[in-house]
Amino acid sequence: MANTLESPKSKPNLPQRMQNAQQQAADWMQDSQFWTSIFRPGSIFRKGYTDSPRNRSYVIMNSVLYHLHPVKVKRHAVKVSYTLCLGGLSFFLFILLTITGIFLMFFYRPTDTAAWADIESLHTQVAFGLLVRNMHRWAAHLMVLTVFLHMARVFYHGAYKAPREFNWVIGVILLKLTLLLSFTGYLLPWDQLALWAVTVGTNMMGFTPVFGSQVRFVLLGSQDIGSETLLRWYVLHVLMLPFVIVIFMAIHFWRVRKDGGISGPL
Amino acid sequence: MTEIPEHLLRRSAEARARATGAPAPGEGDAPAAAQPGDDDGVTIPRSLLEASQQPGGAPAVAGMAPYGTAQAGSAGAGGPAAAGGGVATTLPPLMAGPAGNTHRLLTVVKSGSIQDVKASPGDKVHVWPHLLAAEFTAALFITAFTLVFSLFINAPLLELANHNETPNPSKAPWYFLGLQELLTMFDPMIAGVTIPGVVLVLLGFAPYIDKNPSQRPEDRKFAISVQTIHLMFWAVLVIIGSFFRGQGFNFTYPWDTGLHGIFHL
Repeated sequence: MANTLESPKSKPNLPQRMQNAQQQAADWMQDSQFWTSIFRPGSIFRKGYTDSPRNRSYVIMNSVLYHLHPVKVKRHAVKVSYTLCLGGLSFFLFILLTITGIFLMFFYRPTDTAAWADIESLHTQVAFGLLVRNMHRWAAHLMVLTVFLHMARVFYHGAYKAPREFNWVIGVILLKLTLLLSFTGYLLPWDQLALWAVTVGTNMMGFTPVFGSQVRFVLLGSQDIGSETLLRWYVLHVLMLPFVIVIFMAIHFWRVRKDGGISGPL
Repeated sequence: MTEIPEHLLRRSAEARARATGAPAPGEGDAPAAAQPGDDDGVTIPRSLLEASQQPGGAPAVAGMAPYGTAQAGSAGAGGPAAAGGGVATTLPPLMAGPAGNTHRLLTVVKSGSIQDVKASPGDKVHVWPHLLAAEFTAALFITAFTLVFSLFINAPLLELANHNETPNPSKAPWYFLGLQELLTMFDPMIAGVTIPGVVLVLLGFAPYIDKNPSQRPEDRKFAISVQTIHLMFWAVLVIIGSFFRGQGFNFTYPWDTGLHGIFHL
């Protein structure tokens, strides 16, 4: 009886041998030049990573995250009850919208004859097409909400005061760009909802003094909403506005650090 | 205290041990070296002082012996090493104080008076893992929420766009319904251009208008009141425009007519 209990020690059984082989393979992989060239010293994926203060610093310092975060922040700055993570959530939603949006671009043509039918076939013919379109739409509405709430949070904390005045201005520009991104995307399904919502919205633009009708003409590409409008708003939605908003986001995040991290407690 | 890396602690312990002449902890066996209480870290250890005050070289070597044996013995050259120690201590200290101290404390200078310390260490935490873990969790949460919501509720897709058939009511996207609501009250020039324009400019220049340096809510009653009224103004208009405007954009109650055809996202 005792022998049967001790036998695994003398001769490893199959699961143990598989585990050993797995460990050896992992060690070989992590020792290889290929692996160490990808993960810089201090990476949590390197062999022998230990949780030490130096390695905690290296995780940030030796990775691309150093462009976004410093090595250390004020203890107060990581309190979720202060920021509610609203700025971060807005950024994550933007990334989610970019990923789902790229997926949608594969199945969509911005012409008045093809657009609606493409969305229709996306629902019925494309694997996960409806799901991804749903995610794109709900994430877009959610992002408008989180950006708005982020603005309110920052105001109520008085976080726009010196030295953060300019970053508030950038933030208001980002809020407007978010609304424009959402509004340009609203037209693209080319259904009754899209056409008439945009009709109501662009009619308001026409009331701009002096150059109102010119602004409206440039945005619509004609006197009425049509195929030209669809193409213009598509390019605005998938290329130009994302390009502009990424630049402003980069300045926004960079200024958060340059202005001394997020604002202090009340 | 901030976290001091283990290798630095070990290095400083070795340096201290070298300075006091005692071997570093865990480095060889020195039977006579361990004299607890001898080195209090402030004054020169009594055993060292005694050694230095021995007249002549040979007794000094004898006095140093307990320390010398550990080093010289390990070096494997006891004779020359002991002779070297004798050379160093042939002359007694010229100006030893009454307590045997060879240094006098003139004054204590606080660091702030000669060093300009700009950055205070403060209370900081590592971004990894404290901030990144929270951010990663938030990203997972918002992705999961969007995914689950999208599994159950479909984005609207009405009939093909038709220029000849105006839906009743025709509504802008929900975030512009405040503006559309204003259009029912004011001239389009005022509702569509002046009010939103002024509001956006004021909002953008808020930091330059609000000169109050305080961040404390009790010092900012006016700013907080104005902003709350402003945000509530839009929220109420958007809610009315979304849920309380039916056929012909006339006022209605959603519980009377239902949301069908009135509200789209």
